[in-house]
Amino acid sequence: MTAQVITVTSGKGGVGKTTAVANLATALAMDGKRVVCIDGDIGLRNLDVVMGLENRIVYDIVDVIEGRCKLKQAMIRDKHYPEMHLIPAAQTRDKNAVSPSDMIRICKDLRADADFIVIDSPAGIERGFRNAIAAADSVLVVTNPEVSAVRDADRVVGILEAEEKGSPALIINRLNPTLVKNNDMLSAEDVLDLLGIRLIGIVPEDEAVIIGSNRGTPIVTDGKSKAGQAFRNIAKRLQGEDIPFMDLAPQSGLWNAIQRLTGRK
Amino acid sequence: MYMDSTKSLIQIKGIRDGLLATFAEASWEEQRNALMMQIHERSAFFQGARLAMDVGSQVLKVNDLVELRDWLSERNITLWAVVSESATTEHTSQLLGLATRISRPRPEETKHVLESVSNDTALFISKTVRSGTRIEYPGTVVIFGDVNPGAEIIAQGNVIVWGRVRGVIHAGSKGDREAFICALDLSANQLRIADESSAMLKPQKDPKPEIASINSEGKLHAEVWHTGETTIRK
Repeated sequence: MTAQVITVTSGKGGVGKTTAVANLATALAMDGKRVVCIDGDIGLRNLDVVMGLENRIVYDIVDVIEGRCKLKQAMIRDKHYPEMHLIPAAQTRDKNAVSPSDMIRICKDLRADADFIVIDSPAGIERGFRNAIAAADSVLVVTNPEVSAVRDADRVVGILEAEEKGSPALIINRLNPTLVKNNDMLSAEDVLDLLGIRLIGIVPEDEAVIIGSNRGTPIVTDGKSKAGQAFRNIAKRLQGEDIPFMDLAPQSGLWNAIQRLTGRK
Repeated sequence: MYMDSTKSLIQIKGIRDGLLATFAEASWEEQRNALMMQIHERSAFFQGARLAMDVGSQVLKVNDLVELRDWLSERNITLWAVVSESATTEHTSQLLGLATRISRPRPEETKHVLESVSNDTALFISKTVRSGTRIEYPGTVVIFGDVNPGAEIIAQGNVIVWGRVRGVIHAGSKGDREAFICALDLSANQLRIADESSAMLKPQKDPKPEIASINSEGKLHAEVWHTGETTIRK
């Protein structure tokens, strides 16, 4: 059994890549999978904060690449799920400290002892992004239902297609059903219509996500949160399970699907 | 054959700032030998050249580069840039005062630019043109897919889109006022024909195929396309 490498990216910053990585990884670990998260945002690390592991960092990914420590030494074990590890980014270096071939090598070394390797990509489409997608078997593009975020996501999808990474799957994050209903926000259907890629999940807006990030406790551990449920469903889909999903064609079907997904029905 | 293997190890092409040598994955010794071999064989071609190298992920130390630089300068070739994915190599190059960035077009974003084509030849693109992609063509462009916001299509001829247009389209870019743009849904950010332009067309609730052209008053205007009533003059 060899691990699946999943890169989470978006183009635009602040759409919830890091939150998605922390939640999906935790959800996979809750399902008993062996998960390694890699923070690909060298110089602006924050996956460790969202996962609540900041104070345990001794070595980081650049230490591994430059040979100052072994790979195992840079892997921080999670507080609650011993089968989940984080390889943090370096805070004092920049993207040029890592090359795509370094990422491929590290993932290759990790593959044998993990089920999933989840890589958090930095925003943008430059060096850091290229590092993050180098080793990916599949890519998840996170976007918000906002015009600017969707346009950047479109750019990223175009690059991934050009690099022959295959068509990525889409996570629509922070959808506000009330705003959508009042025509004040792009609907999931609008976003999908433009991007034309496979949808793997819609995460509704939820204040608890931010609170969870600040506390270092991903929202998936909260059984009552709708956003948490949405991330748990995505994690199931990543494992190949067929979780009931939206009917995309009619508006009413989509609406019902969102409500079903968020547990209102 | 030995010759063939060295040729495939190294690719040399002209760039704006001189010559660029790109290496395939191999040991540095093999890469260096391949380069030396090429230079040896075509010494007249390399005479006085400014050379940049893209060494990929190869890790190079100061000695490696100094040795090569000196060897090259003996043959009147200036090594001025070393591009690498390896931080060590980049650092080495910087130590030696070599450039580590060269300007070159990114292959996936720049379509091959032709000078001109005959009227009958169109560029056919059978996928959605996404944000950040710019397509320039000296004739007619036909797209089977959408043109998303942030994408640009610049055609010297007509532009025909079997899909939605939400990006920027410029038909008749070299001044052909007879050019037209048509699409199944023409809610573009901006349309241009020759030197006329029109800003943001309203997104339509119930999109109908439309055709945009320059009318008799010299204004760019779009109208719903009806079967058999096209105003196309060619």
